[in-house]
Amino acid sequence: MIKHLLSASQLSKEDIMAVLDTARALASLTRVGVRKLPTLRGKTLALLFYEPSTRTRFSFELAAKRLSADVVSFQASGSSVAKGESLKDTARTIQAMGVDAIVLRHPSVGAPWLLASCVEASVINAGDGTHEHPTQALLDLYTMRERFGRLEGLEVAIVGDVLRSRVARSLALALKTVGANPTFVGPPTLLPARPEALGAGVSFSLDEVLPRADVVYLLRIQRERMGGAYLPGELEYSRFWGLGPEHLEMMRPEAVVMHPGPMNRGVEISWEVAESPRSLVEAEVAAGVAVRMALLYLMLGGEALHR
Amino acid sequence: MRDAYLFRNPRVVDPASGRSDFADVLVAGGRVVEVGKGLEAGGARELDCSGLVLCPGLVDLHTHVREPGREDEETVETASAAGAIGGFTALCPMPNTEPPADSRAVVEMVWKRGREVGLVDLFPAGAVTRGREGRVLAPMGEMAASAAAVDFFTDDGSCVADAGVMRKALEYARGFGAVVGDHPQDPALAGSGQVNEGVVSTLLGLEPWPAEAEEVVVARDIALASLTGGRLHLQHLSTARSVELVAEAKARGLWVTAEVTPHHLCLTEEACLTLDPVYKVNPPLRGPEDVAALRRALASGTVDAIATDHAPHSREEKEVPFAEAPFGVAGLETALAALLTYLVEPGEVSLERVVEALTAGPARVRRLPGHGGPIAPGAPANLCLFDPSEIWVPEERHLASRSRNNPFLGRRLRGKVVHTLLRGRFTLRDGRLVG
Repeated sequence: MIKHLLSASQLSKEDIMAVLDTARALASLTRVGVRKLPTLRGKTLALLFYEPSTRTRFSFELAAKRLSADVVSFQASGSSVAKGESLKDTARTIQAMGVDAIVLRHPSVGAPWLLASCVEASVINAGDGTHEHPTQALLDLYTMRERFGRLEGLEVAIVGDVLRSRVARSLALALKTVGANPTFVGPPTLLPARPEALGAGVSFSLDEVLPRADVVYLLRIQRERMGGAYLPGELEYSRFWGLGPEHLEMMRPEAVVMHPGPMNRGVEISWEVAESPRSLVEAEVAAGVAVRMALLYLMLGGEALHR
Repeated sequence: MRDAYLFRNPRVVDPASGRSDFADVLVAGGRVVEVGKGLEAGGARELDCSGLVLCPGLVDLHTHVREPGREDEETVETASAAGAIGGFTALCPMPNTEPPADSRAVVEMVWKRGREVGLVDLFPAGAVTRGREGRVLAPMGEMAASAAAVDFFTDDGSCVADAGVMRKALEYARGFGAVVGDHPQDPALAGSGQVNEGVVSTLLGLEPWPAEAEEVVVARDIALASLTGGRLHLQHLSTARSVELVAEAKARGLWVTAEVTPHHLCLTEEACLTLDPVYKVNPPLRGPEDVAALRRALASGTVDAIATDHAPHSREEKEVPFAEAPFGVAGLETALAALLTYLVEPGEVSLERVVEALTAGPARVRRLPGHGGPIAPGAPANLCLFDPSEIWVPEERHLASRSRNNPFLGRRLRGKVVHTLLRGRFTLRDGRLVG
């Protein structure tokens, strides 16, 4: 297994399958009541979060604790960062205390790369600005595989502000690696210049893509994007690229809806869709713990567990 | 004879005279005495230069000396030393200092510091507008009439974004026979762009800096040069269409010149995928098609000069996440070696043409007295001697710059400067700084 997980592009198909298989084995242990494993006893994980986060932070913390690792946690506000300490100095301070892995969430693209260049611990990118969020991609792949029993050949429409979505970038890269087919959908102003570099196709029309999609993956629309030169407004976005109840009829019978959260109900997703049986939003959250357990287990020295 | 040297049997590459052959060069009293085969040493000290190339001292049209204001990043002294190591005898400090070089006082101060240090000649550029704010013309006449005799103005670091102001600048500068340089970057179109728009901006999720943000200003400036009859110099061009526009302007007979940097000639945007902030530069590194077009434009003469855009930055400022780092690479010490390695060794551009774009070309753009050759009897002995076949890997210890943001550190380079002479005096001898 790789030492650092910075980008989804680092993961081979075998790496991804090892994580998903291990996650499945760990999830089944949890289901039969094994809440805590001794596997990472004596290992220490540091969570460095320079941005607010609920689900990513909690699921890393839970994952580490269920494997018996010690977790130290750090919030940018109220720490040495608030006093102007640089990321590099903070990293070295944490390194000096002897941690085995650092999970970093940071608003600036490239922050995990800087960290990896100056510490000996493993670095896991838990989201760097508008760039990547590889563990989100892994948990989404896990969720899709549990539902469909396969990943190869799945048609995945990734809808919304792809240009600035770290989730979309990592997800498209990982989907391509496992042989699925991502398509970016959204207004042209919110799509990247060269989608093929991420292995994705492109469509400006949700209606056109819906009938063939196995997964409709909705991205969170940032309200601050509205009303500027990117988009005329929420109403127009919602009309052309939001997923409403009328769309559920156009989808294939087995097709599902996913969203990395937090959702803007009424903008990219309607209330009816969010609550419909097609929605896998809660399954994604649940998968987050198992997948992050698997990743920590594999990166910090375990062997792949198979089904 | 004191200070008399006979450089025995180097290959003399002197683009200003068209010479490229083996000859001896006799220097005395700070000047070239004779160039020819089998010269008598007389009382001169003889140096065996077999295997070396002797050319005019290199001329850099674009150097960020950072003095005054950011002496923690670079000073006149350290930039001059870096220049001497790189084979340069003339540097043109850019005006984006603190305070900016928009007055007689600042340009004279920089020029005088250069004289005191004495390792290279400094030809400071003045700002086009007061405070480099793009609104009110700076006192070009005052700066031209100063001891620094400024004949080149640019707001470098910023584009003169207002077309009306740029028009007036090109017109007004004519009154002093001066050249107006521009840093072509449409601020609205480049926005907060960080990397080239395309594959790299897509993969990294960084704000895109499209080629067109440069090209629209290049096209605008050429139109304004045509309108005004002014002398225009386009700085650090980075795209294929930009150099095409320059070729068209030259074909129309306009007084338009252009420079490109070693990093835009040698590196592509792919380097940014490492997310190492050393590759973050403005304009951004471009794709392979743009790099190939820049190389062709250099070979054909469309591009007049290679200019380093040496932009030192402190470690604290560069050792941060890519998105937070300032733009700029340093590179005076490694410019020639990088060009020899990436352009001459693979046979894409001739040695003579690269030397011309580092000597006679830039000297013509700014009409610098005594620099860029020809290496002829009576001319000031501003010379660079380099070993074109020496292989080395630049490390921090090879640098004299105060900053370390040089993208060629750790890369295998072929070609190394051995001696640099400013008016017949060694500033670099056997690879070591003198004085």
